[in-house]
Amino acid sequence: MNFTYHNKRISGILTVVPAQERAFVEEMRNFNFPEARSLKLKEVMGYDKRRMVESGVCVSDLAVFGLQSLFDRGLLKKDEIDALLMVTVSPDYFTPPTSNIVQGRLGLKQDMLCLDINQACAGFVIGLMEAFMLLEQESVKKVVLINADVVSRKASPKDRNIYPLIGDAAAITILERDPNGSTIYANLKMDGSRADALKIPAGGCRLPSSPETAVMEDVGDNNLRAKDHLYMDGTAIFNFVQLEVPPMIESLLKTAGVPIESVDYFLCHQPNRFMLQKLADKMKVPHAKMPNNVVQHFGNSSGATIPTAITFNLAEQVKKGHVQACLAGFGGGLAWASMLVRLGELSFCEMLDYPNAQK
Amino acid sequence: MKAIADILKEIRPEFDFTTSNDFMADGMLDSFDMVTLVSTLDKTYGISIEGTQIVPENFQNLQTIEALVRKYGVQL
Repeated sequence: MNFTYHNKRISGILTVVPAQERAFVEEMRNFNFPEARSLKLKEVMGYDKRRMVESGVCVSDLAVFGLQSLFDRGLLKKDEIDALLMVTVSPDYFTPPTSNIVQGRLGLKQDMLCLDINQACAGFVIGLMEAFMLLEQESVKKVVLINADVVSRKASPKDRNIYPLIGDAAAITILERDPNGSTIYANLKMDGSRADALKIPAGGCRLPSSPETAVMEDVGDNNLRAKDHLYMDGTAIFNFVQLEVPPMIESLLKTAGVPIESVDYFLCHQPNRFMLQKLADKMKVPHAKMPNNVVQHFGNSSGATIPTAITFNLAEQVKKGHVQACLAGFGGGLAWASMLVRLGELSFCEMLDYPNAQK
Repeated sequence: MKAIADILKEIRPEFDFTTSNDFMADGMLDSFDMVTLVSTLDKTYGISIEGTQIVPENFQNLQTIEALVRKYGVQL
């Protein structure tokens, strides 16, 4: 499905990451797995350090901290926000929506839209698409898109398939109208028939959390996981990405009439280094044009990884000028989406640490 | 040219890969070993095995792995 947008732009990005850092070499002894094999995996997948919230920290905490910082420094005004979109798979509650919680905690105006979107690793591109659509409305002049997840709280520390790669983060992206903005192209696909490949089996109405769903089970390959924890069929997800993402991007560029060489950066969701290197090779894109270092430094924070890749790797470049960026998100749902957008000049593009609690 | 069996032995020294016809079923390789193996094969032979080829069928035994790397012009 194709989309185009006119006269819109991304005007700022802030990523908030927990100050608490975990090192893979310290955590690997939690896995029932030989150390030498873990170290090989570290090298191939790029596992090194990741950021993880302390116990009790929720996505609204990260979001409120980041937005308050923007207000305090005059980079955003409360009254300007006409819509607040919160893309998360780890909300504070079933209800109320986390976007409303953020609105209430920050004392934002009532005359605005708050909307939660349940999307995972494709959530940044899907969130941008929703935000650009809202900006078509006369009454909506500025949208705040928040991609935030604390999935570490739903990952089993004894599951080598998931735990070493998970990071927590919140990304705040500001979108607004721009009479000089160039056309933005996007496309997406969804396949709910493969929804089980990435799933938290318990905790919803289908299988409510209970003492039974908290029991750790041997799930093979020396991994232990409960039904309350996030499950990922790594092989299925890997093959899905390698099979579906290259043609999606090819189709996007064809629609836009832009040759692949004209794209400055392919800013993809960051599952791990190996998967992104294989993706770049398949698309015949130099590795330098497809940053793959977010898992290494921060962990995979679901829908927040693309803005993290931007704020970590390209901040100075997109504050001073612009780059032709091809964004691609893919994951839970299954969902995969891409967008060709001119990124920059941004009025801010930075990272902030969410401080540890005082002890 | 380094033999595939030697590369496998470096990844999982506890197994003799010449005696099995199905490494996955026999518990000698898991999905993460497969990733480590692909990375090692890429570096050793100067190739890039396509992501879509990283499926259990191609890593079932020595013959299937050898057939896979030969697709990339490697002479074994």
